[in-house]
Amino acid sequence: MSPPEIAARCVGLRKSYGDVVAVDGLDLDVHTGECFGLLGPNGAGKTTAVEMLEGLLEPDAGELEVLGMRWGEDDHALRQRLGVQLQETQLAEKLTVEETLDLFRSFYDRGRSVERVMGIVELVEKRSAWVSRLSGGQQQRLAVACALVSEPELLFLDEPTTGLDPQSRRQLWDLVLEFKASGRTVLLTTHYMEEAHRLCDRVAVVDHGKVIALGTPSELIATLGAEHIVEFALAPGGTADDDWLRRVPGVEDVRRERAGIFLTVSEVHRSVPALLTELKARDLELAQLTTHHATLEDVFVALTGRHLRDD
Amino acid sequence: MISPRHPLYQLTRSRLLEFAREPEAIFWVFVFPVLLALGLGIAFRNRPAEALPVAVQNGPGSAALARTLDAAPELRASTLPSDEARNRLRTGKLALVVVPGEPTTYLFDPTRSDGRLARLLADNALQRAAGRDDPVPVLERRLEEPGSRYIDFLIPGLIGLNMMGAGMWGVGFTIVQFRRKRLLKRLLATPMRRSHFLLSFAFSRLIFMIAELAALVGFGWVVFDVRVHGSILSLLVVAVIGSLSFAGLGLLSASRARTIEGVSGIMNLVQLPMWIFSGVFFAYQQFPEVMHPYIKALPLTALNDAIRAVMTDGTSILGSIPELAIVAAWGIVSFGTALNLFRWS
Repeated sequence: MSPPEIAARCVGLRKSYGDVVAVDGLDLDVHTGECFGLLGPNGAGKTTAVEMLEGLLEPDAGELEVLGMRWGEDDHALRQRLGVQLQETQLAEKLTVEETLDLFRSFYDRGRSVERVMGIVELVEKRSAWVSRLSGGQQQRLAVACALVSEPELLFLDEPTTGLDPQSRRQLWDLVLEFKASGRTVLLTTHYMEEAHRLCDRVAVVDHGKVIALGTPSELIATLGAEHIVEFALAPGGTADDDWLRRVPGVEDVRRERAGIFLTVSEVHRSVPALLTELKARDLELAQLTTHHATLEDVFVALTGRHLRDD
Repeated sequence: MISPRHPLYQLTRSRLLEFAREPEAIFWVFVFPVLLALGLGIAFRNRPAEALPVAVQNGPGSAALARTLDAAPELRASTLPSDEARNRLRTGKLALVVVPGEPTTYLFDPTRSDGRLARLLADNALQRAAGRDDPVPVLERRLEEPGSRYIDFLIPGLIGLNMMGAGMWGVGFTIVQFRRKRLLKRLLATPMRRSHFLLSFAFSRLIFMIAELAALVGFGWVVFDVRVHGSILSLLVVAVIGSLSFAGLGLLSASRARTIEGVSGIMNLVQLPMWIFSGVFFAYQQFPEVMHPYIKALPLTALNDAIRAVMTDGTSILGSIPELAIVAAWGIVSFGTALNLFRWS
């Protein structure tokens, strides 16, 4: 198999703001045709890293290559081939959907028709509505549409679904999947593990400006050594030692968080009855018991001891 | 003609649309200056000169003296006891007190122009009544034609003020808003040419300037019969230079600011001295002469002088080249400095 074509690459990328190191030696390879996700909590340096790749921020150190070109050589030509959606951009409030897209379309030599892009993001009916009168989901779809008018080879999406309701989020996911299906490349940042799981071929888990894990979502989950999480809490007064919990059949790992105890297990149907028997033998009463498939969130927690989101 | 798909066309069009959809902006640029002109034009309209109040101190022959003075159309005379007459003179209610006797005495405050004027008028009336014969025959012609009234002075000043206000607020505000919403950064992520972005501000300013100019000149013409004595083309050239120059100053004021409050402070600081010194509401010649060179170096002073030369004096634009050079220099220096300082993100 020939090595994959590289759409974007950075090596040893660094950027600090005063004393704060935002990106601390970041290495990435984004393959052509894949959807690559940067997953990490707020403040992990994802946006800073992406804005350096987009040529909007000057790195302090490190190598950057985008679509085989470097920033500072022929930026105009390079920008013609990129689509960018920035975090928290507010488009002009008193322009309509169509006027906004006409404006963005005019910057590119080649691309899709505005009509077609409005169709893709399902805003045809809103073409004459002012941006300020759109819902959050519609505004976000318009922001992505502004990045799609050029029919880019590489699309950057910086937290495209933050703050959206589940339905709007799913609509945007469909957009991204459709774009990827046409053989083009997406670089996406998110702090939603479900989003990374659904959209991304490969995910880099980022924390404190560094990549701490890299792989397909299933590979990353496989690093936990087991695929299920059993979460339980004891009735007030009860305590359980890690020692005997680890000896319950099938338990790979034990984690505690507030009142909850989290067991990483390979087979729920073996570990849960064993756990119940042990609890009964020790006269401990359960307050709560749930199980779920291990997710990227569990991967992040296992790596850092923290959650992706603070809620 | 550039095509509708050209970025410069699209950028200019979006500037114009956004502005036209902002009711507050329309008020400040079009309605406010017209209201200002209307209010000041009415307050300072030319009135027939009022008769000056004078008094004759009670004494022998005072009644006859008062009748003689009162017969002069510019004077209104009465007789008063000595104390009261002096009191009223001191408090400014009288311009002059005449004390009958040999010789007749004039009491007045020489630092007040109405006092000096009343003294001359009263003396003239008394001497003529006593049989003075003026050896030089004279004829009076009263000047009341358009061009010499306060409103004729005011309208050009308001045009200049509007070029400054609309140029600076229009460009400065929009740019800071773009920066605050991260829209500048978003545009930078496209292949948009930065020069197209900046030029779109110049073009949209020029288009609105024509409308603003038409509104003020048209209003002055229809309501107060304020004429443009020079050529309309000259006025347009002056206005184009003025508008672009203040758009440059607006760009400079907004080149670093991240907040609306920040840019408002800077622009008020820049504009306030010109509101006062640049001869918008009253002639700057009223300030001490040592200040004139500095006042004349301000862009609004130079612009107002050039507008008045074309509108009021009707002189050729060639006569205003030094003023236009000052205006243009401010614009070019501001624009160049702004380009170097400009913060895109």
